[in-house]
Amino acid sequence: MTNLLYLTGEHMVLVLIAIAISTVLGVLLGIISYWVPYLDKVILWVVDSLQTIPSLALLALLMIFFGLGNVTLIVGLVLYSLLPIVRNTYIGLTGVPPYLKDAARGMGMSKLQLMFKVELPLSFPLIFSGIKIATVTALSIAVIGVLIGSGGLGYPIYRGIQTLNFLTITLWTIPVVIMAVIFDFLMSKIEEKLVKRAK
Amino acid sequence: MIQFRNVNKSYGKKIILNNLTLDIKAGEFVILIGPSGCGKTTTLKTINRLIEPDSGEIYIDGKDITKVDPVKLRRTIGYVIQQIGLFPNMTVEQNIAIVPKLLNYKKEEIDEIVRHLLELVNMPYEENAKKYPSELSGGQQQRIGVLRALAASPPIVLMDEPFGALDPVTRDSLQEEIKKIQKKLGKTIVFVTHDMDEAIRLGDTIVFMNEGKVLQMASPEEMLQNPADPIIKSFLGKHINNENSNANLVASDFMRAKVLTVSKTKKTLECIELMSRRDVSSLIVVEEDDTYLGTVSVDKIKAQGKAGRQIAELITVEAMTVNRNSNAQQAFELLIASPTGYVIVLNDDNTVAGLITKTSMAKAMGEALWGEMTQ
Repeated sequence: MTNLLYLTGEHMVLVLIAIAISTVLGVLLGIISYWVPYLDKVILWVVDSLQTIPSLALLALLMIFFGLGNVTLIVGLVLYSLLPIVRNTYIGLTGVPPYLKDAARGMGMSKLQLMFKVELPLSFPLIFSGIKIATVTALSIAVIGVLIGSGGLGYPIYRGIQTLNFLTITLWTIPVVIMAVIFDFLMSKIEEKLVKRAK
Repeated sequence: MIQFRNVNKSYGKKIILNNLTLDIKAGEFVILIGPSGCGKTTTLKTINRLIEPDSGEIYIDGKDITKVDPVKLRRTIGYVIQQIGLFPNMTVEQNIAIVPKLLNYKKEEIDEIVRHLLELVNMPYEENAKKYPSELSGGQQQRIGVLRALAASPPIVLMDEPFGALDPVTRDSLQEEIKKIQKKLGKTIVFVTHDMDEAIRLGDTIVFMNEGKVLQMASPEEMLQNPADPIIKSFLGKHINNENSNANLVASDFMRAKVLTVSKTKKTLECIELMSRRDVSSLIVVEEDDTYLGTVSVDKIKAQGKAGRQIAELITVEAMTVNRNSNAQQAFELLIASPTGYVIVLNDDNTVAGLITKTSMAKAMGEALWGEMTQ
């Protein structure tokens, strides 16, 4: 039981660290693609491509640079989570009505003030929904981390596969699923509130 | 004082501002008006540098605005747009406080400003300050939009069709309020609209633009009296005094020119036939040289007429006649008194010029008041 709590906690912490980094990086990349003409296509293409690399291959490649352990898993999860966050940030920012930007500029907001006082707050519901998708996906992908020697719930599941013990596999999958469902539920609730307020 | 000197702006081949030169006096309510695409909104947006001209200079109080940082410049100029543009993620209070906050006013000072401004438009602070824009009606939202522009007491306020999207009743009351506020606070307001009613109601000076140029700049009164261009005249529409103003309207202005006349030698049955085909109950009868003789009604022919006889013997002269150049008022009085419901208008040589009926009179009255009628 202590093992279950410990591994579940570890799993969650790994994912949350990755999502935190990914959020900062993703929003930043989203802002850059919105600000810099032509760069938007490049950035969106790159994060798109990242998503298409099979997770096993990506982790194996990262292992070459970062070695075995949690760091590699976190880097992998960050790269995977970028797409929904960058994309939603970009869509959110470009979707702010032009007249609001016009009003903000007309009142004397600088580019940064416009971004942080108007554009980002108005895009936040969409960005948050990107973070939600990234989180739920990362929770299940993190299981593969066991192959590159990182912690979390991957280890007991992998042991079950090795010993062909389906009961073990099933039992240890449950906390992963439950976590994903809870995160999805809670974050959807928050999202609803955000969308309501933005209207 | 805002001065435009030879300002040009074009997008590709399309010229938006064409060597625009314009002086706007301090403390005036100035209306920019004209057909769409005339450059009025572009002119407005060059004042706070949301649009940069290709060439030419703009001065505010003698200072070339390209020498001022646009962000700082805009904080000294209020800006109100048609879409209102309140930020939905901020409360009414936060929206009003934007510019004062950008200018680092003290918190107590900002509170004071917000309370004072809300009072100005009769929206109590306690009830409204903490609301989000979505909780307000369109009219209330635009009131807040105006207050937001006034918050840092800018000497100049730019308004881009601010009331265009509001219903007529709300628009009326907001127009009244803005005029009051402008007078009270002595602001220079530059106001873009395409609505002549609004322009006449609000403006101290109206600047009429077309194709990137000023066609006429005048007080509403002067523009109404001497519109400098046919386009302005058509914009003024119902407000304009017709050239033949009330004093010199004559009978012929009110008549219907196409009327049915028959010669006195026509036979009774032919006339009956003609009347039923044209759906009229009487005909104007003329001499062989087209001079007026009288009228003949269908009832009279039926009662006394015999088939094959000329109508000359059935003519009555009960209808009123009036010379085409006689005073309109006289024609009106005759029409009202006329037992037949119409007055026949005669040329100087006694030939028939037309007919004044209640319909033709109503139509002509309409045109005199509101310009060309469609029907």
